[in-house]
Amino acid sequence: MSRHVADTVANAEATPEKEQPFAALGLKPDEYAKIREILGRRPTSGELAMYSVMWSEHCSYKSSKIYLRQFGQKVTPKMRERLMVGMGENAGVVDIGEGWAVTFKVESHNHPSYIEPFQGAATGVGGIVRDIISMGARPVAVMDQLRFGAIDNPDTARVVHGVVGGISFYGNCLGLPNIGGETYFDAVYQGNPLVNALAVGVLRHEDLHLANASGVGNKIVLFGARTGGDGIGGASILASDSFDSTGPTKRPAVQVGDPFAEKVLIECCLELYAGGLVEGIQDLGAAGISCATSELASNGDGGMFVELDNVLLRDPTLTAEEILMSESQERMMAVVTPEKLDAFMAVVAKWDVETSVLGEVTGTGRLVIHHGGEEIVNVDPRTVAIDGPVYERPVAYPTWIDALQADSASSLARATDGAALREQFLTLVASPNLADKSFITDQYDYYVMGNTALSFPDDAGMIRVDEESGLGFALATDANGRYCQLDPYEGARLALAEAFRNVSMSGAVPAAVTDCLNFGSPENPEVMWQFQRAVEGLGDACMQLEIPVTGGNVSFYNQTGDQPIHPTPVVGVLGIIDDVERRVPSAWQDEGNNIYLLGVTSTELDGSAWAGTIHGHLGGRPPQLNLETEKKLAHLVQSAALEGLLMSAHDLSDGGLAQALAESVARFGVGARVWLNDILERDGMDLTSALFSESTARAIVTVPREDDVKFVGLCEARGYPVLRMGVTDGHGPEATLTVQDVFTVPVAEILERSRATLPHYFD
Amino acid sequence: MRIGVITFPGSLDDRDAQRAIRLAGAEPVALWHGEHDLKKVDAIVLPGGFSYGDYLRCGAIASHSPIMAEVIDAANKGLPVLGICNGFQMLVEAHLLPGGLIRNDHGRFVRRDQMIRVENNRTDWTSAFDENEEIVIPLKNGEGGYIADEATLDRLEGDGLVTFRYVGMNPNGSLNDIAGISNERGNVVGLMPHPEHAVERGFGPNTNKAMRSGMDGLRFFTSVIARVLV
Repeated sequence: MSRHVADTVANAEATPEKEQPFAALGLKPDEYAKIREILGRRPTSGELAMYSVMWSEHCSYKSSKIYLRQFGQKVTPKMRERLMVGMGENAGVVDIGEGWAVTFKVESHNHPSYIEPFQGAATGVGGIVRDIISMGARPVAVMDQLRFGAIDNPDTARVVHGVVGGISFYGNCLGLPNIGGETYFDAVYQGNPLVNALAVGVLRHEDLHLANASGVGNKIVLFGARTGGDGIGGASILASDSFDSTGPTKRPAVQVGDPFAEKVLIECCLELYAGGLVEGIQDLGAAGISCATSELASNGDGGMFVELDNVLLRDPTLTAEEILMSESQERMMAVVTPEKLDAFMAVVAKWDVETSVLGEVTGTGRLVIHHGGEEIVNVDPRTVAIDGPVYERPVAYPTWIDALQADSASSLARATDGAALREQFLTLVASPNLADKSFITDQYDYYVMGNTALSFPDDAGMIRVDEESGLGFALATDANGRYCQLDPYEGARLALAEAFRNVSMSGAVPAAVTDCLNFGSPENPEVMWQFQRAVEGLGDACMQLEIPVTGGNVSFYNQTGDQPIHPTPVVGVLGIIDDVERRVPSAWQDEGNNIYLLGVTSTELDGSAWAGTIHGHLGGRPPQLNLETEKKLAHLVQSAALEGLLMSAHDLSDGGLAQALAESVARFGVGARVWLNDILERDGMDLTSALFSESTARAIVTVPREDDVKFVGLCEARGYPVLRMGVTDGHGPEATLTVQDVFTVPVAEILERSRATLPHYFD
Repeated sequence: MRIGVITFPGSLDDRDAQRAIRLAGAEPVALWHGEHDLKKVDAIVLPGGFSYGDYLRCGAIASHSPIMAEVIDAANKGLPVLGICNGFQMLVEAHLLPGGLIRNDHGRFVRRDQMIRVENNRTDWTSAFDENEEIVIPLKNGEGGYIADEATLDRLEGDGLVTFRYVGMNPNGSLNDIAGISNERGNVVGLMPHPEHAVERGFGPNTNKAMRSGMDGLRFFTSVIARVLV
């Protein structure tokens, strides 16, 4: 077998005319020309590999950068108060008080998860968890935001089983509680499911680490799994090109995960941090060693020298270019001072983790990589990792959107008699997007670590951070692609508002935001318009709510053929709660409490679950949103929770009041008697609107009878609209949900309908 | 009163077990798989997790760890040993308990609040329960189906060594609904469900009274404390 000889810098200088496969690596001709200009020569094949992955859309944010800047600009002083690390690092870090900090981020793994659902989803969890470790934090929870194709499409079961199995396998084996997430089904995601993964970690303030290669002479150490041939070119080829249904299979480009190796790596890294043995640790994700070396060097103050022959390989036949591009999982790169190298090695050996010293920090300002004794890379690392191309892509107002917005749900037939409304109620309860998700969530461990105060199906997940004081955080993520299709600006604001509301319902105070912006091709000017509007909406809304975006991810090219997905900006909100003991669950568990509706209902059925499920309709304008009102609602619920007045609080969103009531009785099997006449009268509307409208800034809460006066007084003092609309009723087999003068449904029937849907398709 | 919790590579519930021991009133002692030192503990917990990534068979590699030689020796001399989930799998692989654990019959990982019946309250780890008391503790596993040959099952049933049995539903296809067993002496107990996740109000399984308020698991640990202090 003849050994592949890497292209050297000397060779590149001597053979300027050599043709290079830049197009196959995903680079455009002008990008290739730019690389030649930067280097003053043609790139070596290793340099070309590095630039191609690092300049891919996935790694460089070249189409989104000019828009994302506003997250850093639309900030008030209050938004900076708790921000320890903002955008641009591996994950944002938020001060939650008492010397504790939380770091969190959501990221996409969409394309790999369609090709190889199990490994794609599993390594999505693994990748985001490594981001958290690289900040110096212990990962403490994960969440997933999943969007699949139509539930009855034969291919959907393949993707669902793989994705859920992969998340279950990897997350459970890592020992991280899965505390929430989203699962939606819509034909727009058929050939392009969305698999977003969120991880969150906690650390003491003094343990914060940033990954950069500083200090001349410090060692660059690669540790963890060996480098293999999996995921080569995944970053550039997979994430930056949309699927062509006729193309050759791209299976080998998906990485393979080993959660056991990652679990050991977590403990090993935490012991290294605790012992003060590392200057910083950088995770290896997309673009592997190319990314880790160029980012570490760019963020440092000098250069870096790396001997690529020192990389431990799973497959000795890998070429230098493949080693640079490999996305083998469960690897980390540390910067270690020479004095601490022995102690570092001892800890790594204790955990049976394989390690090799690749090189060291230099003062040259260059990233130099040798292989086989020859220089194969010599670049300014900033040109690779930071100063990549920036595009101002053409933007065009969609030709179709005026007609879509004009097609309001107001023309749809509305039921008026109880029997028909009862049937619609149950149809919605059983619809794929509103149905019980325990078929999926029963495969996730939320007990491990013993600090889970709330998890699915509560509005937010909640984790105790400090066992003594009870200090904790709450997290919720939301996105409504249907709203965003109607109006991406409003849709993004609505996603933030819902996550904000969900966190507030738990009793926590929202403090920070992460986002995963899933869109179609940026080369489509209409998609670019959607992206522009969504980012503007999210940025404006964050400023109004005074909670900063701390980090996130953009995923473009989510489309099959020419058909982009609905714009789907997933927004995660992190809240702080002084004592998790005061958390508020989203469903009631006791008989005889009063049920109150907070907020005002309007007829807002455009884009609603009712319009989609009952009429197969999507058109009009999403619900109106007033963020000042949302803030008022949040403050009200937080105050009431603080005074211990609330037995439950549940926000109203998809499916409106009807769905919130269904979830509230189904959760613990405790029924309710409710009446709508006061709502109909005060807000002036019909029964369909009262039940199914998706007006914002609303919630249902339950309050013990003895606290009624206090609670209503609190609402009135704050000027928030409140109506007593029912009482919680008995439990057991006879329990019912009675909507007076409209319909009565046994709780058992709600449960049966809600729980049957997912098993019907997937069991 | 010191109770050791062994950490293997891939152990996940080791810190939870330590917390449970602390809440029960004893001192948790961290033990390391690669050592031979049991640090003179009065009892040992083999925690849940995926030791060695469950490679080969669940618990198989861990059962050959250096420290397991000491655990086997001590268990045979009467030291109380509790194996939870992956720890139960290790006890079986180490032949301290009979039978085996295989993939759940439905093929999926399952996490649920599980009712079990304590059928033998004469072991070191169950004396604080009433005989046939029904309790709820979390269950979470992918390979929790208990199997044994017929002669072994007959012996377990005949000698009253079936310590815990699933009630209401069998979550993983275990033969005879077996959730956990003990040895003849009653010092070695293994079960698939997780008592260490039901020890603290607010973080345990749901009960009819309040969400996450179940604390039935705490009595596993108070049982062994009472046993050792006698």
